[in-house]
Amino acid sequence: MNTPDWELSRREFVVGAAASSVIVATPFLGPAHAAGGTPPHAAVPMMKVTMEVNGSPRSVTLDPRTSLLDTLREHLRLTGTKKGCDHGHCGACTVLVNGTRINACLSLAVMHEGDKVTTVEGIGTPDALHPMQAAFIKHDGFQCGYCTPGQICSAVAVLKEIEKGVPSHVTEDLAAPMRLSNPELRERMSGNICRCGAYSNIAAAITEVAGA
Amino acid sequence: MIPFTYEKADSPAAAVAAVTATPGAKFIAGGTNLLDLMKFQIETPTHLVDIRDLPLTTINDTGDGGLRIGALVTNTELASHPRVKRDYGVLSRAIVAGATGQIRNKASVGGNLLQRNRCPYFYNTDLPCNKRVPGSGCSALGGISRSLAVIGTSESCIAQNPGDMAVALTVLDAMVETIDAAGRTRTIAIADFFRLPGDTPETEFALQPGELITSVTLPPPLGGTHHYHKVRDRASYAFAIVSVAAVLNKDGTGRVAFGSVAPKPWRIKAAEAVLPAGPAAVVSTAFKEAKPREDNAFKILLAERTLALVIAKGSA
Repeated sequence: MNTPDWELSRREFVVGAAASSVIVATPFLGPAHAAGGTPPHAAVPMMKVTMEVNGSPRSVTLDPRTSLLDTLREHLRLTGTKKGCDHGHCGACTVLVNGTRINACLSLAVMHEGDKVTTVEGIGTPDALHPMQAAFIKHDGFQCGYCTPGQICSAVAVLKEIEKGVPSHVTEDLAAPMRLSNPELRERMSGNICRCGAYSNIAAAITEVAGA
Repeated sequence: MIPFTYEKADSPAAAVAAVTATPGAKFIAGGTNLLDLMKFQIETPTHLVDIRDLPLTTINDTGDGGLRIGALVTNTELASHPRVKRDYGVLSRAIVAGATGQIRNKASVGGNLLQRNRCPYFYNTDLPCNKRVPGSGCSALGGISRSLAVIGTSESCIAQNPGDMAVALTVLDAMVETIDAAGRTRTIAIADFFRLPGDTPETEFALQPGELITSVTLPPPLGGTHHYHKVRDRASYAFAIVSVAAVLNKDGTGRVAFGSVAPKPWRIKAAEAVLPAGPAAVVSTAFKEAKPREDNAFKILLAERTLALVIAKGSA
């Protein structure tokens, strides 16, 4: 393997470090702004967004840069949805938008005007668990629990996708009705990483709910 | 992310007018690649024009028996469409080989065609990259090149096109329909849509500033057996090291394109013509001009073996 031969001069390093500190100094888009504080950047107007979150209409005024994930967690205080990688790699932020699973980190809140968003808090509650939540508990489908809200939202959506005939990479016959098998659910859940490695038990929970 | 302003367009003409009128503006549809790059400040639009309300969300039969796919159709919708599953299996297979369920639910057909490359040095803003900062140099030339292109490269860039869907569209001879800033429409053959880097690697697509993809059309079905085989470092959710898209006929003829080996999906008609002679003949023709690097020379043999697997499946 070749060895990279770049050289970083001290001056370039100092310039780079200065640029980094500018980034750090950029105002953080926290709830203070949502509560009516000064906009984070004078040149960019804040925008009002209204969406239905877990069945309730919610309006927030946001910097257009705010992701759906940060809106849910930092502005609406729905912290069930987790931030893992913030780049669509891990799936911890999976929510349902109009019934379809997406990564909330890779979506701008301003692009969800009028949308129906369901987070893990809207899937079920401690007093009225969704069957998928109950199955995750029964089968020990988690250890630390950080990926679990994303896993549960994704699993609920996967079962709907199979019903609708959405194929996967391991589907052998594209024309036949889709059915859930262990390889199918593992492939379909590959966008949800579990660092604790609870995959076998997650698979058992989903299989039970699917009745497969 | 740097600050940006945002607006929604309500027609293709309004969308191209809005992007053309504002320096630094970009279209946004699914946003799965653009927002990722904006977080790294690799893409730095100052204005986003949201095109998701445009009437480009349907898949329709064309008069000649083909399909017209709206640019805003999601990857999931396209892979799941009954006619795509039945008549264009290579396309369904290629799409579901890419990304994850969550990303395919959001990513659009137009946006997928425009996904940027995945060269690690393009993503590392601390290092030179001629795609990111034209004229700054190519870090990959002296760097780790295992995932990068072996053919079609230049001294300014060796990044590969990482797409899956585009490889299938190349085998199918898809056409890309666009509207430009003046409201004129045109059709670009998929073979001409992706540019080789030459000395302007920052220009990756045959689109003018402000030009918008409105749909992708497929010619009538080819018949044959459809295959997409992707070799990657893990079984799911990874970019290809090598992929093969093929439509094969019973007599041994067919069409074939290779993914992740070049700056564009790599389909060479002269190589395809020798399909009946076997995978070694095809690959030696298709990669005759290859300039692999020490780290990625294995891709050529891997392409041959992947094609051998596909041909074996096709004749099973």
